[in-house]
Amino acid sequence: MKAIFAFISVFLFHSFAGLAAVEVQEVRSQGGIQAWLIEERSIPFTALELRFRGGTSLDREGKRGEINLMTALIEEGAGDLDSQEFSKARDRLAASFEFDAYLDSVAISVRFLSDNKDEAIALLKKALVQTRFDEDAIERVKSQVRSIIDSDANDPSAIASNAFYNDAFGNHPYGTNSNGTLESVNQLTRSDMFAARDRALTKDNLFVSAVGDISADELGEILDQLLGDLPKSGPSLEGYATPNLNGETSVIAFDTPQSVIMFGHESIARDDPDFIAAYVASEIMGGSGESILRQEVREKRGLTYGIGSFLSPLDHSSLLLGRFSSGNEVAAQAVQVVKEEWGKFAQNGATQAQLDIAKTYLTGAYPLRFDGNSRIARILAGMQMDGYSTDYFKIRNDLVNAVTLEDLNRVIKRVYAPEKLTFVIVGRPEGL
Amino acid sequence: MKTLFISFICLLCAAPSVAENISQFELDNGLEVVVIEDHRAPVVVQTLWYKVGSADEAPGKSGIAHFLEHLLFKGTENLKSGEFSETVTRNGGSDNAFTSWDYTAYYQRIASDRLELIMRMEADRMRNVRMSEEEVATERQVILEERSLRVDSDPSALFREQLRASQFLNHHYGIPIIGWRHEMEELSREDALAFYDLYYAPNNAILVIAGDVDPDEVHKLAQKYYGPIAPSYDLPPRVRPQEPPQLAERRLSFSDPRISQAVVSRQYLAPERNSGDQKEAAALTLFAELLGGNMSTAYLAKKLAIDDPKAVFVGAFYNGTTIDYGSLDLVIVPLPNVGLQEAEDLLDMAVADFLEAGVDHDELARLKAQLRASEIYERDNVGSLSRRYGQELAIGLELKDIQSWNDELQAVTAEEIIAAAKKVLNRNNSVTGWQMPPAQRSTNEVK
Repeated sequence: MKAIFAFISVFLFHSFAGLAAVEVQEVRSQGGIQAWLIEERSIPFTALELRFRGGTSLDREGKRGEINLMTALIEEGAGDLDSQEFSKARDRLAASFEFDAYLDSVAISVRFLSDNKDEAIALLKKALVQTRFDEDAIERVKSQVRSIIDSDANDPSAIASNAFYNDAFGNHPYGTNSNGTLESVNQLTRSDMFAARDRALTKDNLFVSAVGDISADELGEILDQLLGDLPKSGPSLEGYATPNLNGETSVIAFDTPQSVIMFGHESIARDDPDFIAAYVASEIMGGSGESILRQEVREKRGLTYGIGSFLSPLDHSSLLLGRFSSGNEVAAQAVQVVKEEWGKFAQNGATQAQLDIAKTYLTGAYPLRFDGNSRIARILAGMQMDGYSTDYFKIRNDLVNAVTLEDLNRVIKRVYAPEKLTFVIVGRPEGL
Repeated sequence: MKTLFISFICLLCAAPSVAENISQFELDNGLEVVVIEDHRAPVVVQTLWYKVGSADEAPGKSGIAHFLEHLLFKGTENLKSGEFSETVTRNGGSDNAFTSWDYTAYYQRIASDRLELIMRMEADRMRNVRMSEEEVATERQVILEERSLRVDSDPSALFREQLRASQFLNHHYGIPIIGWRHEMEELSREDALAFYDLYYAPNNAILVIAGDVDPDEVHKLAQKYYGPIAPSYDLPPRVRPQEPPQLAERRLSFSDPRISQAVVSRQYLAPERNSGDQKEAAALTLFAELLGGNMSTAYLAKKLAIDDPKAVFVGAFYNGTTIDYGSLDLVIVPLPNVGLQEAEDLLDMAVADFLEAGVDHDELARLKAQLRASEIYERDNVGSLSRRYGQELAIGLELKDIQSWNDELQAVTAEEIIAAAKKVLNRNNSVTGWQMPPAQRSTNEVK
């Protein structure tokens, strides 16, 4: 089982570089399952990506951690195969199935060889619909989750994330860690696992993409075979949650030479008309290139090894977040620099030169995402979840290029709110 | 100049596959160049590997290889400070670098029509770096923050550092790549430039260009930008202080209030891969996989986590892609009700049982089938393919060794696996470490 820590996994902006030559086919199976497909025949395997909207936000009251635990258990035995036999069967086919639970989705990433795709799909189907959830497997995986929860309790980064999200969202599912607590995990039962599976993996919340050595007809058949028997619909999803971040700075005392600092406030939703401009703004302030924060905190002053800030549009809320670590003796200074830069940015906006650099970077980086079947399959699934059409990649750079300095500075004023910028600091920062 | 064209044949797939095209040539000044073609996406990755790493540092100068790596992002005669990365970024690319005991590498990933730009800039900083005292001082703060972040804030990283320092009695593999803090604090601009002048030269480097490129075009550009750089004539031979016979096992006990989960680790010295001689390394690779390569079907997982659960995690890892010494690591993370001594004993007994029982032929056949398939999947990620080739060349393997590695793995027999393992599993060559929360230390020490 993998350590699952959904809080820090943020998907900024799913898109892919389709370049004119690449065609996305929209496939609809006989059973009515829709998928996006790119045929790529040069390597004899296919990457298949399944996403189910909902994720760990579907945990029921008092059962925090159920979707996470269920996701970790799907491969631990199915049908006539116990956990070991299932793994052996999968390895014999040299297929790989990865199951991940996130705040807003469960992802299943599959790779199978062209030689034995039917066997691989039959095996995966067994895991999805004939899951065993054997008691010994539940106990084993629970002890792994407990070990992660214990370690997080002593890990400054995890403490900072958990505290930040708890401040922001309280009792909303976003306010607690997807792993659950020792108490909630201990109480989860085998029947909870079946219930969690049937809530989380339903056809009405499903998004599918495939890239590789497979035709539209073959993909349709495979999807009907694999997913036809899943429950039709799941529970209704949460409503919008306004993050309760109002500019406080809180320090959680922890003995470590370096303070871990997380900061942020509310942002705008992905379907907001200003989202693209906010995305460009966020690249200028804290992005992967030569951002203001990197220049001011690392390059000019040497106060950190790395710093970034980014939009985190959740399905039911939206955040603008940042994080870094600084030695305890300079953490206060680094926090002050961040606050000042945030304030200046909100007040003065960006310059034409900064906008031009960000545009060149964002539009140039875009095609680079398109490398590798597995990566493209993930991107295509994300695009569907975000509500984009199959030709989105053809207009995406135009959208970025269309952002004017006026738009940008209007949106910076709208989104960047220095008075709301909230800090959670874990460590022994001097003077804070 | 010699040019070799080698292509991989996929062993498993019946369908004809597009061969992975790899070519190699050498410039007159000694720069080795490898080109890996993948035309599926208009992307290229350039990686320049210098055959120098932290294990080549002079005594007292730990961290200088890594510090210099940071300083290479300052200016040159032709670029102002920071302009290298700015230029890459403004062209939509990304760039970074990494340092290991055996090599230092710089890479950029960018649209393939910008290849010339990054080759020109990377060649430029091979010889023309400029840095001010002030830049060096600020960057020293950054590497100290990096050490705080990666090591001092992470008790298991501190523990691994101690474990490695105990593993090597004489070889510099025992010194952390990032450096010991007290030595990092003293590293100067002169130290960095002396290291740079000595080691950064075409005859001490390997250039790997991977992606949507044409080998002839790469050759032309390499000749144009790297070709005029003079080789270094005073490159020292890569001979590091070697280990004396290790005659006594070492034991560590480490506690830190930030540790919640007790762990027992054991590391053995092991043979490494050498050009023309990878048989033992291949056997040890399979041994580690079968013994503890995953948490579902591997021997240790089955015995200690599934059939009679005593551990949250148990695993075995072999690393032989090194110049001087490889390592075999065993790790067990016991369940809360299992003590550290008990966990260590259970681990030792399980390993002994594995050696006694011998390799299960079905398990071996399944593993080999997976390894064959991994060649297919590996072709999906040209970045990691490029990294593997560069790393293996940088430690002294040749292209033929890299390309015969999968055959070597397939040829290993059950008997060879057990024989190679028995040779390595000698406690005199090992360090055993317990890491635990402070409260557990007192109880464990009385035992």
